[in-house]
Amino acid sequence: MMGKAQKPVVNTGALRKRSKWTRDDAELALLGLPAFAWFVLFSYLPMFGLIIAFKKYQIFPRQSFLANLLQSKWVGFDNFKFFLGNNTFGMLLRNTVLYNLVFIALGIVIPVSLAMMINELYSRRKSKVYQTMMFFPHFLSWVVVSYFVYAFLNPDKGLLNNIILSMGGQKVMWYSEAKYWPFILVFMSQWKGTGYSMVVYLASITGIDNSLYEAAMLDGASKWQQAKYITLPMLKTILIVMFIMNVGKIFYSDFGLFWQVTQGVPNSLHNVASTFDTFIYSALQGSTPIGRTAAASMFQSVCCCMTILLANFIVSKIDPDSAII
Amino acid sequence: MARTKTSDTMLDSMKMNRIRPGTNTGFNVLFIILAAAAIIPVIFVFMISISSEESIRLIGYSFVPQSLSGSAYQFLWNERATILQALFISVSVTVVGTLIGLALTTTMGYALSRPTFKLKGFYTWVVFIPMIFNGGMVASYVVNANILGLKNTIWALILPLAVSSFNIIICKTFFRSTIPDSIIESAKIDGANQLRIFGTIVLPISKPVLATIGLFLTFGYWNDWFQSSLYITDSKLVSLQALLNNMMKSLDYIANNPSAGVSLQQYRNQMPSESVRMAIAIVIVVPIACAYPFFQKYFISGLTIGAVKG
Repeated sequence: MMGKAQKPVVNTGALRKRSKWTRDDAELALLGLPAFAWFVLFSYLPMFGLIIAFKKYQIFPRQSFLANLLQSKWVGFDNFKFFLGNNTFGMLLRNTVLYNLVFIALGIVIPVSLAMMINELYSRRKSKVYQTMMFFPHFLSWVVVSYFVYAFLNPDKGLLNNIILSMGGQKVMWYSEAKYWPFILVFMSQWKGTGYSMVVYLASITGIDNSLYEAAMLDGASKWQQAKYITLPMLKTILIVMFIMNVGKIFYSDFGLFWQVTQGVPNSLHNVASTFDTFIYSALQGSTPIGRTAAASMFQSVCCCMTILLANFIVSKIDPDSAII
Repeated sequence: MARTKTSDTMLDSMKMNRIRPGTNTGFNVLFIILAAAAIIPVIFVFMISISSEESIRLIGYSFVPQSLSGSAYQFLWNERATILQALFISVSVTVVGTLIGLALTTTMGYALSRPTFKLKGFYTWVVFIPMIFNGGMVASYVVNANILGLKNTIWALILPLAVSSFNIIICKTFFRSTIPDSIIESAKIDGANQLRIFGTIVLPISKPVLATIGLFLTFGYWNDWFQSSLYITDSKLVSLQALLNNMMKSLDYIANNPSAGVSLQQYRNQMPSESVRMAIAIVIVVPIACAYPFFQKYFISGLTIGAVKG
């Protein structure tokens, strides 16, 4: 209010837009400039770099990369046609999307149920201890986790085979038997993520006004009914935000999970553990022409962009307040 | 916390609204199992790292090895030149990266939080668009490696991870909701410029959000192996995570310092290879395991701030 009396121009909404560029604006623009430069270099320049997906990249002698790129022949959508016509494309699409659908479903059902359960425990202290321990895997990198998995699955010395052998069973060559991996990958993703998601949902649950539950209880509502008619509806907004964020990433996969836990997607696991990301990564490391790899990567980005806009559009129709754009 | 402040009658009613004791016990059992499942792999890997090679050869990996041995750690000590170099890279990337990331994130977050700022709309779009569309792995790689020339420099490990739109939005929301406009207005009237307001007024009262973003960045850098795998071939720039990643394929990577009178080949053959791998994993995990319980709450507060629509 003080400011309004002394600087009417700044605080009057109608005049604000037309008012002149002030020193204040210059200073704020300067403060934002380093991050702006970062975005130009690391977010927008790669978008410009996407033109490589429409080129047949050639190396001309003694030219910089940029000159090479600009002089290379335009090939239109040929690189995309190659990727989409590739017979692995269907498999990659299936794996990436199906795994994500399973992760999204489990990533909501399990942590929300657990959060509701841990919230009911009598002892706060025990609850804290459980949370801290279950949160732990979130802080590990997939490289480290892959060693944990290796300790269990190593065919000769791993714990699982030791147990199987001691019970009179046959050794399983875990890293070359495809049939177990959908389960292992889903299990590992839940192992690493459940504790974290649970704590996030728990934070929302503890934020719910207690009087709602008391009123419900006085009306004779059971615990089940309280969960169904109070807790779940109150979690709606955060569930929708999480849902949009995850659906928007449906064409991305958690690269570390698929690459590290399988030990670099060996050929025997190719069909069950390859996703767009592992495909692009190995193409980038191998001798595939860069234009084709870039086309695969751009296809992924464009699909993601469309799904996130679509998911947001649908949510904005159902519940405008929860939409993120 | 809230419970201690409520009156007795409310306490009674809350007691009545509890789950049955049997259910409580059941839940406790379930959570004990889940909590154990989260921790046990670390203990297992630690036990492998202190098992003797002979025990591993005879009974495989086991929680109760036949005999213990510190040879894996002794071996790492022998190769300390490599390990310490990797540790140095990991620590410096983490520290420098976190500082740069914090500086970039908070300055932009502050600029976006000022309602009268004329470039607010423009900067908001600049920050927002990458959340929806990005160039993808290949285009980023091409630009970073070929145009920005980051390949085999330490900056390849630092710069690409420094900023995220999500962190900026958390920051902006925090500044917008916790710093009263009147403080900033009165500082301006006193003649302070924005840089000074930001440094001497805003930052000191924004410790929670600094801690949150700082921790996101710290763990992100400490755990990163992906940037290394794309951009780093120079063995001097290999971080601990990258070292572990390279060792999955070949243990020779680390065995370079045979003691006197032993050939390199013999040295490599004698190496306690199974336990050495696990010992390095332990070296990476221990700092995290010791640190995260203290910082856990900031992760949660960060996420709840971020979920609020800015």
